[in-house]
Amino acid sequence: MFSGQIHSEQVFPYPSVLNEDQSQFLSELVGPVSRFFEEVNDPALNDSLHRVEDKTLAGLKEMGAFGLQVPTELGGLGLNNTQYARLVEIVGMHDMGVGITLGAHQSIGFKGILLFGTAEQKAKYLPRLASGETIAAFCLTEPTSGSDAASIRTAARKSPCGKYYTLSGGKIWISNGGIADVFTVFAKTPVQDPATGETREKVTAFIVERVEGVTHGPPEKKMGIRASNTAAVFFDEVRVPAENVLGGEGNGFKVAMNILNNGRFGMAAALSGTMKGMIQRAVEHATSRTQFGSKLHQFGIIQEKLARMAVLQYVTESMAYMISANMDSGHKDFQIEAAISKIFGSEAAWSVTDECIQILGGTGFMTDGGVERVLRDLRIFRIFEGTNDILRLFVSLQGMQSAGKELKSLQKALSNPLGNSSLLLREGMKRVRRKAGLSSGLSLKGQVHPELEKSGELAVAALEDFGGTVEEVLVKYGKRIVDEQFVLQRVADCAIDLYAMIVVLSRASRSLSQGLPASAHEKILCDIWCSEVSYCPICPPQFPEPHPVTHGSLPPSQAQSRIHRNLQSLRSGGDGAALFRNLRSVSSALTENGGTVTQHPLGF
Amino acid sequence: MALRALVGVKRVIDYAVKVRVKPDKTGVVTDGVKHSMNPFCEIAVEEAVRLKEKKIVSEIIAVSCGPQQCQETIRTALAMGADRGIHVEVAAKDAESLGPFQVSKIMAALAKKENVNLVLMGKQAIDDDCNQTGQMTAALLDWPQGTFASEVKVEGEKLTVVREVDGGLETISVKLPAVVTADLRLNEPRYATLPNIMKAKKKKIETVKPSDLGVDITSRIRVLSVEDPPQRLAGVKVETVQDLVSKLKESGRI
Repeated sequence: MFSGQIHSEQVFPYPSVLNEDQSQFLSELVGPVSRFFEEVNDPALNDSLHRVEDKTLAGLKEMGAFGLQVPTELGGLGLNNTQYARLVEIVGMHDMGVGITLGAHQSIGFKGILLFGTAEQKAKYLPRLASGETIAAFCLTEPTSGSDAASIRTAARKSPCGKYYTLSGGKIWISNGGIADVFTVFAKTPVQDPATGETREKVTAFIVERVEGVTHGPPEKKMGIRASNTAAVFFDEVRVPAENVLGGEGNGFKVAMNILNNGRFGMAAALSGTMKGMIQRAVEHATSRTQFGSKLHQFGIIQEKLARMAVLQYVTESMAYMISANMDSGHKDFQIEAAISKIFGSEAAWSVTDECIQILGGTGFMTDGGVERVLRDLRIFRIFEGTNDILRLFVSLQGMQSAGKELKSLQKALSNPLGNSSLLLREGMKRVRRKAGLSSGLSLKGQVHPELEKSGELAVAALEDFGGTVEEVLVKYGKRIVDEQFVLQRVADCAIDLYAMIVVLSRASRSLSQGLPASAHEKILCDIWCSEVSYCPICPPQFPEPHPVTHGSLPPSQAQSRIHRNLQSLRSGGDGAALFRNLRSVSSALTENGGTVTQHPLGF
Repeated sequence: MALRALVGVKRVIDYAVKVRVKPDKTGVVTDGVKHSMNPFCEIAVEEAVRLKEKKIVSEIIAVSCGPQQCQETIRTALAMGADRGIHVEVAAKDAESLGPFQVSKIMAALAKKENVNLVLMGKQAIDDDCNQTGQMTAALLDWPQGTFASEVKVEGEKLTVVREVDGGLETISVKLPAVVTADLRLNEPRYATLPNIMKAKKKKIETVKPSDLGVDITSRIRVLSVEDPPQRLAGVKVETVQDLVSKLKESGRI
């Protein structure tokens, strides 16, 4: 994507990875889990108790919710990422406090054992963790080390006999810190470089049990996710057996990043569930509340809110299941996409919930309405597991790294032009065409459903522009790009919007070709998104580039101004009418259906 | 003596779904609509499982009659604790006209075939509200029946059943084998847990046809028309009590 291309096999067609058995099994799980959250769990009570109420917690353990991805032979349900995502979505819809208790346990708490554990470590810990008999926590953050995870001070020394380590240090804001008995702890250890013989401090991951020397602080008072336990955890000269090193000595940073990368898709899935719930609430209110003699949903300003909420939910859901499917089919390079889904999902859910409160008005603001809690619960999602800011830098740097590599091979080719004539010719042509404002030949035709052709063209145009600009930026800054955060942030924002476009194009295309009942609705959601994020929203989509912009007598720079854009959409021939029609149609479909309309990407 | 129990589980439109009538008025829309186990059948399954946990029942067989999807309902029963399932396959088209008379003949035939001594069912299904299948099954088997049960106790060869009748509770004693239908307050059904759903995958579901049981499922009833309940009409506002009284008199209400 960063080189202005799409590796289409990962995004087109929209993947479905579950075989019939997996799908059947999952569909049987969805009902009881939903019912449990509707009938047993009480999110308001959990929130006010500052913990998950005992009966609910016991019920969740019995339900099997603590070991969703643990292999069946070790007492879990053996779910793959897609199946996990579907269940987490239900949790996210009802109670994120419970979600974090479960997520801190299995999405990060013991994920390290699942991903990197030896057979012995798995056999020793997973059965009890899967049943919820013991609870796990992930201990990375320290008072002086948040986003800068490599700067941790907790340290472990190996004993002279080599049989154990002595670990000391303090971790803060640890989810489940006060209730866990098994901790994945990251600590500095001196590691000798076999090549140079030099000893350097490197991060190592350990499985630490609650033994002598492990203590925790009182539960933290928090803005949201109050039902989940958050506490400081202290390690004072704790003896950790050498066989409890996780993923090898000195590999701790890699272990930590892998755990986090592997868990992010689940947040997107959970958040798409949250949004679904919020949309339902908003629709419920908009269809029952009467003001000025009309139901709220009959007012355009409410319709626009509902429609935009539905678009954001659709994008997030499409991302979550695209990524989980890619992970399940064995793709290893999903980190950028997973980070994008976490950023997008957490911001989308915030805005959807905020708008839900706006539609509910006073009811939304009152605690008894149950929505203000959701807003409080959501706030942390933009902060934890990699702040959205750090993740934006990650997205753009990681993305540009691969684009940079491609540039490098191009430079190499330039130094040996005869041996690489075909590559040069191809790249040269691409650049010339781009410079001339012509498309570089990228096309989504054949992959995007014909009815989405216009949106597909918008995506291609944006993608080419993006690739070209990234290249320019790379040439301009070279390695110094790492420090150009103003630039990086904007690059990341573009990448996020673009990925969102491609994902919804893919999903809506699949729905259209399958002829799903709501496919026309999906097309509209997709069109709204694609036209909104395209860089010139006021021009009728006419390509190839540069589009023949006629902004009246205004110079283009001014023509891009927000005021002008808004005014233009109101003039005859502007794109307003079409957009308003789309927004209204989405809203009326929502109100008719009592919530989101689209069929779930998994079908149920 | 450990009992063998046969439990009927009906697949119905989920209680939370707003039912819509088909435009041609031949029935209600079922395509793409969420279905689940009839809540009264869930109570019956729960009771059977509790009796098994008390070691009074040795085997629970869950039965459902209808199209392929009924296996999902049977799977739910298996996840709750039933030991095996029997799916009496009836094509979707024919299942629409399947009534208490046909189902009770199937249940009676299965009760004999499986040599059970307790048939447990919901008192009625929330879709057609017939409240007949249990009674008819008992009649066909010529077994005693304890309907609308809110408490069931097994004492040797006898069952003590507390029945919810109009105006109170009635306690009866019936001899086994017997048919019992569950009322709302008999118990609170458990949630099928995910590990149990997983284990239920290994339990067997046998598929039989009504003809295998020697049952003719031809319906003797023809549905003429299915209609929505009448919409409530807008009321009239009256100024005074006198107006109200005269309006009521006019309309012949008083």
